[in-house]
Amino acid sequence: MELRRPVRQAPGAEELRTYLLRRLLQTIPLLLGISALTFVLLQLAPGDFLATMAENPQVSPAALEAMRHRFGLDQPWWAQYLLYLKNVFLHLDFGESFSRHQPVFTVLRTGLANTLLLACAAAVVTWALAIPLGVVAAVRQYGWPDRALSFLAFFSLSVPEVLSGLLLLWLAASTGWFPVGGMRHLDHDLFGPLQRLGDTLRHLVLPALTVGLIPLAGRMRQMRSSLLDVLRLDYVTTARAKGLSESQVVVGHALRNALNPMITLFGFTLGSLVSGSFVAETIFSWPGLGSLTLEALNTQDQYLVMGSVLMASLVLIAGNLVADVLLAVADPRIRHA
Amino acid sequence: MSAVAPANPPVSSWRDFWRQLRRSPLAVAGGALLVALYLLALLAPFLAPYAESDIDRHRFFHPPTPLHVVDAQGRWQAPFVYGTRAGRDQSYERDASQRYRLQLFPRGARYRLFGLIPCDRHLFGVDRPGRIFLLGADDTGRDVWTRLLYGSQVSLTVGLVGIAISFSLGLLLGGVSGYFGGWVDTLIMRSTELLLSIPGLYLIVALRGVFPLTLPSQQTYLAIVAILSFIGWASLARVIRGMVLSLRRAEFVLAAEAMGASSLRIIVRHILPNTLSFTIVAATVAVPGYILGEVFLSFLGVGVQPPAASWGNMLNAARSERVLTSFPWMLLAPGLAIFLTVMAFNFFGDGLRDALDPRKSPSPSGGGQA
Repeated sequence: MELRRPVRQAPGAEELRTYLLRRLLQTIPLLLGISALTFVLLQLAPGDFLATMAENPQVSPAALEAMRHRFGLDQPWWAQYLLYLKNVFLHLDFGESFSRHQPVFTVLRTGLANTLLLACAAAVVTWALAIPLGVVAAVRQYGWPDRALSFLAFFSLSVPEVLSGLLLLWLAASTGWFPVGGMRHLDHDLFGPLQRLGDTLRHLVLPALTVGLIPLAGRMRQMRSSLLDVLRLDYVTTARAKGLSESQVVVGHALRNALNPMITLFGFTLGSLVSGSFVAETIFSWPGLGSLTLEALNTQDQYLVMGSVLMASLVLIAGNLVADVLLAVADPRIRHA
Repeated sequence: MSAVAPANPPVSSWRDFWRQLRRSPLAVAGGALLVALYLLALLAPFLAPYAESDIDRHRFFHPPTPLHVVDAQGRWQAPFVYGTRAGRDQSYERDASQRYRLQLFPRGARYRLFGLIPCDRHLFGVDRPGRIFLLGADDTGRDVWTRLLYGSQVSLTVGLVGIAISFSLGLLLGGVSGYFGGWVDTLIMRSTELLLSIPGLYLIVALRGVFPLTLPSQQTYLAIVAILSFIGWASLARVIRGMVLSLRRAEFVLAAEAMGASSLRIIVRHILPNTLSFTIVAATVAVPGYILGEVFLSFLGVGVQPPAASWGNMLNAARSERVLTSFPWMLLAPGLAIFLTVMAFNFFGDGLRDALDPRKSPSPSGGGQA
């Protein structure tokens, strides 16, 4: 149950490394598959994606032909796919964003950073609320805080993110406590460093709350049941028997072990938070991957759509990987499976 | 072997199931709410006082019209509404000189009830030029209550149609995968892994890119169903595969094989029915996901397009700062409808799960499950 013990022991570390390597290798066919799927979708999309460029009188036929050659559009589909793969994996070249006249990777990098910032802030919201609330619910099991929290959690499961996001936007619009969208104040560049940080944080609050509230109910219930499980163990009884106060028992002894399963959930949550940030990004005009994807869809910028889908999947897979590794660290039995 | 079966086990288990289900008040409330919601959708043109996109150029963002039973002199009257005058800046003031009685079954816009019976009677309405906006009017003076009803036809059926398609797919592919094993199994399971490792909303948007952006509303509907079904089968197929794996060597399957039944017949007629109770619960719990998928796409403006109504595009019309602060009914009406629908499905699904799971001890009050 102790988190650090397997890492300290040499044989455990060995196993862990093999496990990590195996899991890493497993993601390669997955990534290939996702890239193939996105490529097929790219092919299925209506119209040649250079068609819009061809209509632009400022683009010369020669430049168009060069573009066609660069993306291999004059070659059969399998050659196109291989070229796409080569470009993506060797050169991080996801193609050209036609609407922004920039390489897709450049556009994606900013979007991904913003989405990750939002997802991390949302994770902070989720865990900062879920752990204390779960502890309160467990300690006062069947007391009124527990009942009230169960009730709230139960109802919050039926509030979709679109709705909670719009309600928070309404709050922002009617009170003026928070900015109603975007990531920076217009004068952001004129601010000092501290002011800039504060400005970004202020813009971050509502989107992060929107995203962070989704998994909150589930995490809180898990924290509650996890702590309840630990509180039944003998060593907790021992701690109580030797006269420790209840808060010392809970915080000093039980909580550490109760947090163990929660840590492994963290990775899975990160993946779902990235997916969840899509809605919040569009509601609060947060310039992340989701907003980019939507914009790309509306401007028929297919390379950008596919690139961001690939990026988002990468984050999800990485999150699951982290979760699995944390699980393996916490529970040695996993590694032998 | 033949005399082992006790008297009518299926009947008694169904009866047992109903008794269990009725014991949970939340499940009963959820089920009743679902019946009511789908009835509202079915009877939408009759229950709505106006046609789906009946625009009123003089009443943009008209607030909800209160129904009065006492007039200005304090006398009791049959239910009526006051006329309104447009004030400045999209505000409306009551015109006490104009009163319109609430009519039952008045003639109005023509429609076909259940898509078949031509009809022009509505449940209620007021005489022109009066207007009754139970839930207010939207940015082009259309009645929000009317659009909510018409929108429910889209939003509520997307869930059922989507579930029907993706669960048929999931059952079949999961069944085939578990029954045959080998490369078929590998192929199907790798495909599901692929679909599950792309964040859902991103995949929905990417798939939306396969279809032209502007489509007639009927085709948009089909496109949305296709997209959601394409994604939805994967998680079910994985669970069904596991269940089939455990049943593949069961005696009744071996018996069917010995009698020369075809593989497809064994899967569909013998194995899959054993997964029925799980499938029913999974389907009920999954419906809100499909409904929210439609809401999501239409909210982003790439789903059902106005003038056709859907709960998603009604939310989209409400998302601007000005609308939220000045005309909150635009958000609250579709928002509440979505909330109630999702909640009803959750309650009902939870009740079904408890009733169908024999291992779970019957608990009279919900909410206590850890």
